[in-house]
This record gives sequence, C-alpha cells and structure tokens, in this order.
Amino acid sequence: MKTSARELWLGRGLLVFVMFITIIPFVSLFVTALHEPGTYPAGLEWPEDPHWENFGNAFQAANMAALLKSSFLIELGVVPAAVLIATLAGFALGHLKVPFRRTLFIIFVLGLTLPFEGIIVPLYYQIRGYGLLNTQWAIILPLLGLFMPFAVMWMRAHFVNMPQDLSEAARVDGASTWQLFWRVHVPLSMPAISSLAILLFLWTWNQFLLAIVLVDDPTKRTMAGALGAFQGQWGTDIPMLCAGSLLILTPTLLVFLAFQRQFVAALLQGAVKG
Amino acid sequence: MTASRRTGTSLNRRPSVSEPSLTPEARRRADRARRLRRGLPGLALVAPAAIVYAVFVLTPLGATIQYSFYEWDGITQATWIGFDNYARLFTDEELFGSILNAFQLILYFSLVPVTLGLIAAALIRKFGTSRLALVSRTVLFLPQVIPLVAAGIMWTWLMATDGAVNQFFRLIGLGDVTRAWLGDFDTALPAVGVIGAWVSLGLCMLLLLAGMTKIDPALYEAVRLDGAGPVREFMAVTFPAVRQELGVAITITVISALRSFDIIYISTQGGPGNSTLVPGLEIYYLAFLQREIGQASALAVALTVLVLAVVLPLHRLARGKEES
Repeated sequence: MKTSARELWLGRGLLVFVMFITIIPFVSLFVTALHEPGTYPAGLEWPEDPHWENFGNAFQAANMAALLKSSFLIELGVVPAAVLIATLAGFALGHLKVPFRRTLFIIFVLGLTLPFEGIIVPLYYQIRGYGLLNTQWAIILPLLGLFMPFAVMWMRAHFVNMPQDLSEAARVDGASTWQLFWRVHVPLSMPAISSLAILLFLWTWNQFLLAIVLVDDPTKRTMAGALGAFQGQWGTDIPMLCAGSLLILTPTLLVFLAFQRQFVAALLQGAVKG
Repeated sequence: MTASRRTGTSLNRRPSVSEPSLTPEARRRADRARRLRRGLPGLALVAPAAIVYAVFVLTPLGATIQYSFYEWDGITQATWIGFDNYARLFTDEELFGSILNAFQLILYFSLVPVTLGLIAAALIRKFGTSRLALVSRTVLFLPQVIPLVAAGIMWTWLMATDGAVNQFFRLIGLGDVTRAWLGDFDTALPAVGVIGAWVSLGLCMLLLLAGMTKIDPALYEAVRLDGAGPVREFMAVTFPAVRQELGVAITITVISALRSFDIIYISTQGGPGNSTLVPGLEIYYLAFLQREIGQASALAVALTVLVLAVVLPLHRLARGKEES
C-alpha cells in the first residue's frame, strides 16, 4: 500500500503526542509525590532532594496492608461467583432450549445500561435491613447482581456461537446437561471466561459509589473507595496525597502490565458487547 | 449458523421440527409440558444469576420508582405526593441544572475523545503492528485501568493554581489565562470534561483502530488509484467501515457522561456553585446528606430513563447498519 511519507510522520507525531498527554498526569503525580511533605510544589519539577520516604509514610497513612486485604476479599467474593453463575446462565440461554428464554433475555438486556446511581438509594436501605452495612458483603452482594446483565450477555454471546453438533455428539455419548457443561463447554470457553474475569476484577477494584455509600470504614472498602477517603484526609498535603494515590494505583498497573494483552482484548471486546 | 450469528436476538428461534399440522389440543398440551420438563435443567442453570439480579437490581429498581412518589426523610412516615417530585425536576433550578450539565458533559466526554480518536486512529492505521503501535496500545489504555477517582486526583493537581497546566501556559507566554481551572465558574465544567476526555480517548482510539484493521487494503488501493486524497479516502472507505465501532464508542462515552459521578465527586464536588453538579452527584447529596429520599429517587428514575432514551436509538443505529 502506498502512503506518503508526510502522512506517516503526521501519524507518528500524533501518536507520540497522544501518548505524551496520557502519560503527563502520571509523571506529575510521581514527581509531586517526591517533594517535601506539606509543601506546594510548582507543577512539573524534579525536587532537589527527593523524599522517597513519602511512599513509606503514605503506605502507613493509607493503611495499605488493610486496604489490600479488604480489596482482595471483595474480589474473592465477587469475581469467582459472578463468573460461575453468569457462565451457567449464559450457557443455558445461549445453548440450551430454556423455556421463557426470550423473556429472560430481554430482562437481562434491560439491566445493561442501568446506572448504579439509579438504584443506590434503595440498595442502602436493603443492605441496612440485612444488617450488612459497613461490611464487605455490602459491596459483594450488590455487585454480583449489578454485574449479571453484562456478564450473562457476554457468556451468552459466546455460547450462541458454540456448534450444536458438539453438544449432540456428547449427548449421544450419554452426557447429562451438567456433564456437557463441565466436561465439554467450560474447557472450550476458557478464553471468554478469563476475559470476563479480568473485566469484573477491574470493575470491582475501581468501584467507588457502592463503596462510599455502603461502607464507612475505608479499610473495608474497595481500592477506589479507599482512595476517596484518603483524598478527604490528606487533600491539603499534596505530596502525601500524590504518594498515596500512586501507591493505591500501583496494584492495578502491575496487574495490567502483567496481563496487558488480555486486558486490552477484554476491554475492547467488552466495549463492543456492552 | 452464520445467519444467526449476525442477528442478535432472533438466535434462539429454531424451526420446530416434526409437528404434524393436525395436532389435537391435548397432544399440544402434553407437548408443552414435556418441553417444559426438558427445559428444567436449563432453567435451574439460569436461576442463580436471575435470583441475584432480581434481588439486588430489579427489587431496588422497583423501590426507586416507589420512593419517587413519596416525600420521605428515610426515618419518619413517608407521605404520598404523586408526581410532585417529578414536577420539581423541571421547576427546581438546581435539579434541572444538573441534568443540563450532564448533557453539556456529553460534548466533552463523548464528542471530543471520539473525534480525536477517529482522527488519530485513521492516521495510525498505517503502522499496523510496528513497535510504536504496540507501545501506544499499552500506554493509551492506562487511563482505562486506573480508578476514575485516581484520574480525578491527578487532574485536580494538574489543573490547580500551581499545577502543570498553568506552568505550561506561563512557559508559552500565556500567563494571563492561568487560573484555578476547576474552581472557576466559567471553566469548571470544561475542566471536568477534559478529565473525562483523557480517560476515554485511548479506548475510543483503539476501538476505532480495531474496526479499521478489518478493512481490506485493496479498497484503499482502489480509491488511491482513483486519485483520492487522504480526506476522500477517509470519507469513502474508512468512515463507512467503522460505523459500528463508532456507534459503540459514542454509546459508551455518552453513558459515562450521563452517569458521571466519581470524577466530579473527587475534583469539584459539583461546584463552584452548582456549575458542575450532575444527576449522579445530586442523587447522592439528596439521599444521603439532605435526606430527601423521594426527590433523590425521582431524579434516579429520570436519569435511568434518560440513559435508556439516549442509548436505545444509538444501539439500534449501530445494529441496523451492521445488518444492512
């Protein structure tokens, strides 16, 4: 294909520029975090003597150990359960002849674009009624429900494309529905399942509204919720705030860099299917 | 198979085989019972998902609608007031203003990143799998991966009086325009918009790029041979091919504009005045600070309807184009 050199350079330049814009806020956060605590640093400027100990202090101040534990507990409560029940439902709706499947499908689709803000008020009273306010369950249980429309549609879209012949062959061999699911379909569906797990992990980790409304204690929240509280507490000490924010960001960045290929693919697909 | 793959909803319609046209009523009923029995394992598999969805989404959704007709402080007896809460959405300046702000945010959260993303993707398409393209994939996704709260904190500092944005303006000799961008009545909403645009630019661009890589290079050869320049090439080949991805990018960014909460809660809390107040934030304030549960619920219902009203036509548009 012929493309003029000018266009190529224009494209490269633009790409570098967009990357630069993307990166700058991270750089600013990092540089500011190294300044003397309590000062008001001047924008982007490398400090004369970097205060690396800010990160250690922020680790203490943010109670990072407790935060990490809480976030992982919530992830553990949400992701495996949500993926499992969504896979079951997606398999049934996409591959089996379930009665009322059209109705069920439409009911799940309805929830796809529902804003969390739309139901947060009754959720508060409901969770309070269960006596679960201020526990990790207050985030886990609603998220299971809130993730279902997307997760079920995601898995259904996958199972719709699985050939029926495969299931018929397994049936002829005497497989029950349950065996068909576990022995044939789940092993073949691992890419779709792991992409879903990645997306749900990320969305849980970054969930803010449920965390601030339903859990008062920042050390029992998700990472994003805890970050909100950290900002409230250290909003005036800019270097400290930046150091803490960076620490709270780092786990997601590490997970992202480790699985970036899957992340990018999952996020792009997630956008298309959502 | 290929036909059913394309049409989202009609997938499950399989022609029923071997049903003699003279089926007596009794037999049909027996048939239905048998089908239901055979469908039971499937229903059991759907049940867990349906139950958590019903308990934690549908029930509260119903309750939101119910609360919206009451005046209630969350503690004492609620009083039925009919549509008063809804009427106030249109007459109360603060409430209506929050909805207008959300619509303005669409400009920044959606139009800006989608347009820039389209231009960038069109230029970048030529790099294919070069190292630059791979690195940019990773870098541009960073804002999507971090919590929106973190994006809010970063940018609050960047746009502060002493932040890097003002530093940059002073550097290029535009010292006069510097200000506390998020604290100024005139610039707070666009400033919040910049944060939203920053968050979704990468996703929009890569989404559109993914759509463009599916285009047959022969098409480009053809228009180039016809003497088309880059602009004509874009209008004739690229744009029609990415319509569906464009629909998706617009849909998700518009939704994120309408239900924006995290960024604004962190960066401006709706201020100065109410200049960046949006429905999501107002629902939170009304319900949990002002204890006006009914009013909060009416706004919540309105927001939900608004999102649906914007998304459904967009969705249909993208779908329809895909099928034609």
